[in-house]
Amino acid sequence: MNQRMKLFIPGVFFILMLGLLLFGLGRNPNQVPSALVDRPLPQFNLPDLNQDMGSMSSSDLQGSISIINFWATWCPPCHIEHPYLVEISERESDVRFIGVNYKDDLAEARLFLKEKGSPFEQVIIDLDGSLGIDFGVAGAPETFIVDSFGTIRYRHVGIINHQIWADTFEPIIARLK
Amino acid sequence: MIPELGNFSLILACCLASLMAIIPMAGAVNNNQLWMSLARPLSSGIWVFMLLSFACLAYAFLNDDFSVNYVANNSNSLLPTRYKFTGVWGGHEGSLLLWVLILASWSYAVSLFSRNLPLDILARVLSVMGIITSGFLMFMLLTSNPFERSLLNTPVDGRDLNPLLQDFGLIVHPPFLYMGYVGFSVAFAFAIAALLSGRLDAAWARWTRPWTNAAWAFLSVGIALGSWWAYYELGWGGWWFWDPTENVAFMPWLVGTALIHSLAVTEKRGVFKSWTVLLAIAAFSLSLLGAFIVRSGVLTSVHAFAVDPARGMVLLALMLLVIGSSLFLYALRAPVVKSTTSYTLTSREVMLLINNIILVVSTAAVLLGTIYPLLHEAVYGEANRVSIGPPYFNIIFLPLMGLLALVLGVGSFSRWKNTSIAYLKQQLLKVFVASVALGIIIPLIGTGGFNLGAVTAMILSLWIVLSIIKDMINKTANKSTRWKGLKALSLSYYGMQMAHLGMAVIILGVCLTTQYSVERDVRLMPGESEIIGRYEFVFEGVTAEQGPNYEADRATVTVMKNGENYLSLRPEKRFYFATRALQTEAAIDVGLFRDLFTALGDERGDGSWVIRIHLKPFVFWIWMGAFLMAFGGVVAITDKRYRIKKVIVSKPETVNVNETGKLAGEVS
Repeated sequence: MNQRMKLFIPGVFFILMLGLLLFGLGRNPNQVPSALVDRPLPQFNLPDLNQDMGSMSSSDLQGSISIINFWATWCPPCHIEHPYLVEISERESDVRFIGVNYKDDLAEARLFLKEKGSPFEQVIIDLDGSLGIDFGVAGAPETFIVDSFGTIRYRHVGIINHQIWADTFEPIIARLK
Repeated sequence: MIPELGNFSLILACCLASLMAIIPMAGAVNNNQLWMSLARPLSSGIWVFMLLSFACLAYAFLNDDFSVNYVANNSNSLLPTRYKFTGVWGGHEGSLLLWVLILASWSYAVSLFSRNLPLDILARVLSVMGIITSGFLMFMLLTSNPFERSLLNTPVDGRDLNPLLQDFGLIVHPPFLYMGYVGFSVAFAFAIAALLSGRLDAAWARWTRPWTNAAWAFLSVGIALGSWWAYYELGWGGWWFWDPTENVAFMPWLVGTALIHSLAVTEKRGVFKSWTVLLAIAAFSLSLLGAFIVRSGVLTSVHAFAVDPARGMVLLALMLLVIGSSLFLYALRAPVVKSTTSYTLTSREVMLLINNIILVVSTAAVLLGTIYPLLHEAVYGEANRVSIGPPYFNIIFLPLMGLLALVLGVGSFSRWKNTSIAYLKQQLLKVFVASVALGIIIPLIGTGGFNLGAVTAMILSLWIVLSIIKDMINKTANKSTRWKGLKALSLSYYGMQMAHLGMAVIILGVCLTTQYSVERDVRLMPGESEIIGRYEFVFEGVTAEQGPNYEADRATVTVMKNGENYLSLRPEKRFYFATRALQTEAAIDVGLFRDLFTALGDERGDGSWVIRIHLKPFVFWIWMGAFLMAFGGVVAITDKRYRIKKVIVSKPETVNVNETGKLAGEVS
């Protein structure tokens, strides 16, 4: 190749990169339309973080509105989100909060909940991230709203705080009720 | 009134920056002395107005002017005064103001310290800085004005600064980080000026080196402070997470490190010119990429600002303009002539080339890991999103850094042009044997056990340290006394060795802390205790404390060492009123060889509390190493060959013909 042409490589690389960033900008990372929205929950049957609780399967989620939150102790935003979740779950008594401990160290995860309090009615373990793949999870934290028929209604990427809860989650939950 | 004054200064600074972007550059093209000489006064004008604008925002914060939206969103009347001041850069708009203020300061510094620069080069450099400054000021005025007000529905009180940011670490972390980020704009501007003027020579490399070192040193400190802040403020003892925001600060640092080494080759040997220019462009481009990623919200991250696609679009356009045009210019103007200088495979040139390759590959790996979720989604669609965790980064990054440490030892002994293999063997064999032997023995004596990670780290660190010592012995051998020999060594040599020593210290800190930390989360009743090694942690109980804008539970943990009272730690759990957020404040006793880390968890029903106790050996060395690196960078700048030469001042009308001008024209 011509020596001069080689010098264009960084520029071409940059343009490709720019295209990727433009694509990234076109989507809001916090409100990702999921292919799973308005579809039934993926089938699963996974053990509970608390060994005494046995396991939980997707059919257990029918009958009431549930919030499914993917979290892990290695994820800094999860630490930030956690106190909000605790407060919200105390307030929202008619919504079930289910945690999915995502690719985490189980001992760490148990200590984390013991220390900071648990917003979750149950926490299931997704050690290898396979449930995450079924849900199309990009990373932690991600939160799904599931209606009482076990259908996914909404997917939220990123942390939840009072404002996001009030602006986004409450209207959807009110509609589902 | 004051906020309007700030806004007005911002607009004036933007006008002046636009003038600086055009007039000196036009002067350099047309060889108009008057136009070129406007660069200096314009840069000082921009700086003054930016400073004024910053002062106005600080004034609004300190006086609780909640009619300013930005103040209302990031402050509160109960916030302690020092945090009201640092709240200025606690959110997107204000931190952008700080960003541009720092950019203006670097331009002003260039105009102050470059009296020996040919006027046309200075004019081009400052014009490029002007382009960047005006671009960012327009971005700020159009999408993120910190002085926007709500005079009709003025809030009674502010929403308060994010509790995570109410901390000493945040007072100093962003200014240092931005000094580093933005500082690479100077190396960038010099590279563009050199491409435009066609004078890509040793003089250009010599002018660029101190500015690159300075920016790099600031960035080293900035990253270290960020990591330190995460360590004690996030409350779970981690210090690096490969979070996108950390990565975007780390990438310019890696490329900046490569640039520092590549500039040395270009200055001394006149080779790798195109490569060096590319690195200078890349370092600043990655800084801009960082600004984009953090401020547009394309990737979710712990420190990300509010998501606003409009901001992202403007930033993207700015990147296209600045980076796109500079890479186009690079493709057109960078020299392709094969240099005639010859060097062999064991020359210092090649050692530094290997250093550059390792650093650039590391950067590429970090970049790939950071944007991979985006890339994957672009290819496979939204339903198939993935996340990249620390394991990916550790697997790729740690071996590369090990390799870098190995090359570092060989590199210090190599000579320009050619080093005989026999000489390298003679110099390095003893160093190698000693570092392997000591590297195995020291951890064995220290802990009584064998640990592969610790031994590897020890060997690599000793390899660096012993080769530094050996090199110093060699370099001082010909003088009558050692002391005279040490005094004869240049400051840039000392700076280099200090930075290299910093690398050895970081390797030790990272590996030993990872291998030997003891981390326990225990449930204790008041009066109970937990023993870790020689330390006994006695939990005395919890008291309620009242802070200015929060209330806290404060535990007292008395630490006994060898059965004697040693010290007290007081970790807190705070509840901030305005943001209704809980925040752990870890209590840490920092030591040279170990940190004692305690954080307070929840109260259990029976009166016991969950307490997190960590014993982290050598963790302080991570930051000590980073500071050592930064200090080395600063020491190297003070070397006398970078000092402003006493040029006999010629009258401004006469054409400047100093020696640097004659070196020009080496490149087409």
